Amino acid sequence: MDVILFLIFAAIAVICGVNVVAQTHPISSAISLIGVMGSLAVLYLLLGAEFLAAAQVIVYAGAIMVLFVFTIMLLNAGAEVRRGRSWIAQLLGLPLLFAFLGLMAYFVQQLFPSAAMVHFGGFRGGTPLDVGRALFTQFLLPFEVVSVLILIAILGAVVLARKELE
Amino acid sequence: MNFFLLSLIKAAVVAFVLLTTLAYLQWVERKVIAHIQVRLGPSRVGPHGLLQPLADVIKLITKEDLIPPYVNKPLYLAAPLFAVAMALLSISVIPFGAEVPVPGGHTWMQLTDLNIGLLFILAVSSVSVYGIAIAGWASNNKYSLLGGLRSSAQMISYELPLSMAVAAPLLLANTLSLRHIVEKQAGYYLGFIPHWSVFQAPMPQIFSFILFMIAAFAETNRVPFDLPEAENELVAGFHTEYSSMKFAAFFMAEYANMVTVCSVTTTLFLGGWLPLWPVSAGSNFVAPVVFALAGAFALYHGLNPARRRDRLTLPAVALVFFLLAVLFLIPAVQSVLMPLFWFAAKTGSLLFLFIWIRGTLPRFRYDQLMAFAWKFMFPVAVLNLLVTGLMVALFP
Repeated sequence: MDVILFLIFAAIAVICGVNVVAQTHPISSAISLIGVMGSLAVLYLLLGAEFLAAAQVIVYAGAIMVLFVFTIMLLNAGAEVRRGRSWIAQLLGLPLLFAFLGLMAYFVQQLFPSAAMVHFGGFRGGTPLDVGRALFTQFLLPFEVVSVLILIAILGAVVLARKELE
Repeated sequence: MNFFLLSLIKAAVVAFVLLTTLAYLQWVERKVIAHIQVRLGPSRVGPHGLLQPLADVIKLITKEDLIPPYVNKPLYLAAPLFAVAMALLSISVIPFGAEVPVPGGHTWMQLTDLNIGLLFILAVSSVSVYGIAIAGWASNNKYSLLGGLRSSAQMISYELPLSMAVAAPLLLANTLSLRHIVEKQAGYYLGFIPHWSVFQAPMPQIFSFILFMIAAFAETNRVPFDLPEAENELVAGFHTEYSSMKFAAFFMAEYANMVTVCSVTTTLFLGGWLPLWPVSAGSNFVAPVVFALAGAFALYHGLNPARRRDRLTLPAVALVFFLLAVLFLIPAVQSVLMPLFWFAAKTGSLLFLFIWIRGTLPRFRYDQLMAFAWKFMFPVAVLNLLVTGLMVALFP
C-alpha cells in the first residue's frame, strides 16, 4: 500500500516538476510548483515525518507560493514567447540528462549499498514533540544562526524598499 | 465494528449534517440580517421561509451555467472545486463530542484524531486561498483580479496573527491533537468557573480568543473584512464571472469556512463539548429545559393563535420540542447527546456573532485593513504569546 502511494505521489511530483519548466505561462508554472510541494508533503508523511509534512504545506505551499502567485497576478505577467532552442541544448540536452541521472544513481548506490526499504510506520520520530526537542537541544546553534540569517534578510528587504521610496 | 465501515458511516453522517447546516445557515443569516434591518426576510417558501434553502438549491442547479469565452478554462473550472474541497476538508479533525458506544466497542464523535490536528487545520486554511486567488485570475476580468489580489494579500497578512493567537493556548494545552486540547480543558475552578482556555490559569487566553476571532473574520472574508467581494467597488469580486453551481460552490466554501472556524474556536478556547457548569450542578438539564421552554412558547401561541392555521401548526411544533426534551432526559441518550448539544450551542453562538457583526459593522478601507493587521494585531499577538510563555514558565 505505502509503495503504491509512494509511486503515485513521486510520479505526481516529477510530472509537476517537469511541468514547471514546460509551461509557458508563469501562473501555470507556479501552480505546478504547488503540486510539487503538495506531493512532497505527502512523501514526508509516508516517511513518518508528520510535523515536517504540515510545515511543508503551511510554509511552502501556503505562504511562499501564495506570494509567488500574488506577485505574478500583481504584475499581470503574460505567457512567454517560445523561441527556438540553441543547437547545443537540442543536441546535448537528453544525453546529458541521462548521464546526470546515471551519475546520481551510481553515487546513491555507492553511499548506501545495503539500505533497506523504508516502510510506513517504521520511523516514529517525526512528531512536533521530537522535532522541537531536537531543535532546542541538539541543533540549537544552527537553529539560532538560521533565525539570525532570516532576520538579516528581512532587514535587507526593508532597507532596499526604503531606498526605492526615497 | 469494522474500522472502514465505521469511518464510512461517520463520514456520511458528518457530511450530511454539515451540508444541511450550510444550507440552513444561509437561511438563518438572511433571517437575522432581515430582522436587524427591520425586514421580514424569506417568508414565502414554506412557513417562515423554512424551505427557502431547498428552493435556492433547485434554482442554482437549474440555472444556465455560463462560461465566458475569455476565461482560462481549466483553472476557471478548477477554482470553485478547489475552494469547496479545502473548505470541507478541515472539518474532518474537529471533535464534536465525547466517546460513544457502538456495536463492538467505542468510538469518538470525530472523523479522525491527528496528533498534528491543529497544524492540519492551519495547513488547509493556508492553502485554501488559492481557490479565490486562482478564480480571480482565471476569470480574466479586472474586478475579479482585484478581488483575488486583495484576498491573497489579506489572507497572508491575517494568517500571522491567527497562528500567533493559536500558539498561546497551545502553551497551556501542550498538545496539537484537538481531542486532547478539549480534554485538557475539563474541570472547574472553585467548582463553577470552567477550566476553558479563556479562563485558564496562569494566563487566561481572552486576548488570544479576541485576536483569533478578528483574524478568523478576515480569513473567511466576512464583513467587516469582505474587501475581496466589496460589491460597491468590485461588482462581486473574485466570483463576478461565476454563475449557477460554480457560484454556489464559492458560497458553500465561505459558509463551510465559517463553520470550521467557529468549531476550532470552540475547541481551542471554549472547551469543545464540555458543559458550562458541572454535571453535578445539573448542567445536563439545560437541553431538556431549553426544549421544554421552546415547546411551551409554541403551545402558548398555538392556544392564542394570531392566524387561523397556527391553531394546528404551532401545537405540532410544540409536540416536537416536548419529544426532544423527553429524549434528552433518557440517561443512555443523554450521555451521547449532551456533549453534542454543548458543542452545537457554543459553535452556534459564535456563528450568530458572525452574522450579527455582518448586520452591524461597515466595511474597512483597504489600507486600514492592512495597517490593522500589521501594526496592531501582529504586535499584540506576539506580546500575548510572550506573556503567556512567561506565565507558563513561572507558574507551571
